[in-house]
Amino acid sequence: MRTKTLRRVALTTASVLTLGLSLAACASGGGSSSGGGTADDLEAALEKGGTITYWSWTPSAEAQVAAFEKAYPKVDVKLVNAGTNTDEYTKLQNAITAGSGAPDVAQVEYYAIPQFALSDSLVDLASYGFGDLEDQYSAGPWSSVDIDGKIYGLPQDSGPMAMFYNKTVFDQYGIAVPTTYDEYVAAAEKLHAADPSKYITNDTGDSGFTTSMIWQAGGQPFTADGTDVTIDLQDDGSKKWADSWNRLVEGDLLATTPGWSDEWYKALGDGTIATLLTGAWMPGVLESSVPQASGDWAVAPMPTYDGTPVTAENGGGGQVVLKQSKNQALAAAFLKWLNSDPESIKVFLESGGFPATTADLESPEFLAQTPEYFGGQAINEVLVDASKNVPTGWHYLPYQVYANSIFADTVGQAYKNGTDLNDGLQTWQDQLVDYGNQQGFTVNK
Amino acid sequence: MASVTLTQSRPMRRNRKDWRGWGFVGPFMIVFLAVLVAPVVYAIVLTLFRQQLVGGSGFVGLENYALLFQDPKFWESLFRVTLFLVVQVPIMLILSLLAALAIDSARLHGTGFFRIAIFLPYAVPGVVAALIWGFIYGNQFGLTGSINDLLGADILQPFSSDWILASIGNIVTWEFMGYNMLIFYAALKVIPADLYEAAEIDGAGQFRIISGIKLPALRGSIVIATIFSIIGSFQLFNEPNLLKALAPNVISSYFTPNMYAYNLSFAGQQFNYSATVAIVMGIITAVIAYIVQLRGSRQEVR
Repeated sequence: MRTKTLRRVALTTASVLTLGLSLAACASGGGSSSGGGTADDLEAALEKGGTITYWSWTPSAEAQVAAFEKAYPKVDVKLVNAGTNTDEYTKLQNAITAGSGAPDVAQVEYYAIPQFALSDSLVDLASYGFGDLEDQYSAGPWSSVDIDGKIYGLPQDSGPMAMFYNKTVFDQYGIAVPTTYDEYVAAAEKLHAADPSKYITNDTGDSGFTTSMIWQAGGQPFTADGTDVTIDLQDDGSKKWADSWNRLVEGDLLATTPGWSDEWYKALGDGTIATLLTGAWMPGVLESSVPQASGDWAVAPMPTYDGTPVTAENGGGGQVVLKQSKNQALAAAFLKWLNSDPESIKVFLESGGFPATTADLESPEFLAQTPEYFGGQAINEVLVDASKNVPTGWHYLPYQVYANSIFADTVGQAYKNGTDLNDGLQTWQDQLVDYGNQQGFTVNK
Repeated sequence: MASVTLTQSRPMRRNRKDWRGWGFVGPFMIVFLAVLVAPVVYAIVLTLFRQQLVGGSGFVGLENYALLFQDPKFWESLFRVTLFLVVQVPIMLILSLLAALAIDSARLHGTGFFRIAIFLPYAVPGVVAALIWGFIYGNQFGLTGSINDLLGADILQPFSSDWILASIGNIVTWEFMGYNMLIFYAALKVIPADLYEAAEIDGAGQFRIISGIKLPALRGSIVIATIFSIIGSFQLFNEPNLLKALAPNVISSYFTPNMYAYNLSFAGQQFNYSATVAIVMGIITAVIAYIVQLRGSRQEVR
């Protein structure tokens, strides 16, 4: 999950013919049973035991499943890594469309949950008493799983955004840590002028990043009320972000290294990319994938537009129970253990994850951590503080997975040509409105 | 009466014969219908419907086709692979031909080595080949970056929108040159040696032998190789789809018709429209391959 848009190397070699073949398996069949269990059913299901399947790509999944099976020997959890983010969603969506083959429990990032919830593929866990768990999670992640009073999953991690910056590079060129976007752009200019091979950050157009940045700027471009959808990628927040980011795009001040590529990791290691505005799950990635830069990086709050501390969530996700599950009570019981049992969360934290549970976010032990990689800085204080400054009311589209897939075709063109991002956002909006209306939504009408 | 019974008995006799034949053909026909005809028929049926995220599935007749013919994204992708076809396929086939003639000329040392070396890229899986070339093309840390550093300017830009098609063409040529060379080489090998002897007695030089004996003998295999290459070009998918991770803004989600079909289906859940793209592309490919074959065999007869 910390691997947000990581490795989109789809090793899929589907030709048109095999595509036709796989389509032969398609027949619409929604979920069968209704989620009519109660909280007592969970304990009973764990007592009785059984087998469930769990799809996940989190590094901690294996150890968590092992710990669960040790605690509940009668339950057998089959862990499957069905691919990372969009690869998994494709498989999940295919299984849902086919009417069989979906797992009992699956990892789904927050941005994709509305899409699966809308197609009535997920179990509403409210009847199992999951509503009582609300207090245990920070507000941002919880609002992503609680859609119109229905609880479609439990949050596992969260990604409040912060600014990761290469302190060594900043010191070398005498750049102060920017606190506003004006200062950020000035720092970008200064750094690039001092050494043309160095850039303030890399951005070739990333839908997850853009939506998070709009979120931080106070935008609410997507609103959905059932199937009535409104898309306004030119609202105040969207414009505010685009106008300030334009100065970097049009000024050629952004490295064009695509995120998560080998070149990107190298650039993070040698100072070519000096900052990253990204989710709190980043320290784990830096430590494991950019070991050569140990001691260089530090964490600061996100730059803001007017000095008022504000940030947004970037990435992160939770687990859901599929309606196709034959043993929904057991699946729900596993999910509850996975994302609320201290033993499970301990395993998750050890793997470098950033929690969504308030108890862990506020634990003195967590806050006091001073990783050597960050030169002994108490980074969690900054990151936990960020988790409290996430504006509420943000929604993703009920077809966000598709929206992200055409981002490069639309907004990406503005990045490529160094032109106005607002035009790119407008094109994106136009295509999303068309698609939504074709798919039976009522968009912008 | 007599004539009536006659006409009745004729089809009956034919029927009995037919059924016996079916016993032999049956197993093949079952497999043929199940794995070749049924998916195509199913795909055609799919194109007549439209399934929505909201509201389920409904019959729309030929609406998907009407939409497709007005879809600029589809035409753009088709134009792109056609351009690719017109430029890349002749280059690749001429290189293959030259390699086959050189190896067949018996004037090279270590032909066995060259034959294997040229064929080897074909043995590399397409996915791996695209990843290897992705590293080579990297203009910061890849080979391209090193060459640019050496030249002191960003001359090579394999991932820029002007170059990307050539970059992909280079990968495809590298991959399939050896395969086509082998087809040509096999055809050259079956030319009877007495033809060469006769040519030598008549005093023909090497170039006369090539134009008079070798090229005419190769005509059939050139047609075959061309048809394979046309199909391959129209089905271009692996290379651009893998390089998309490295050049996301240059390679769009509808860069080739196959990528468009794939993304429509798996990112957009538009299975019906995706099937329409697949069917139309199948027909276009078949028509063009047929024209090439027709032209090729007419020349052969002449």
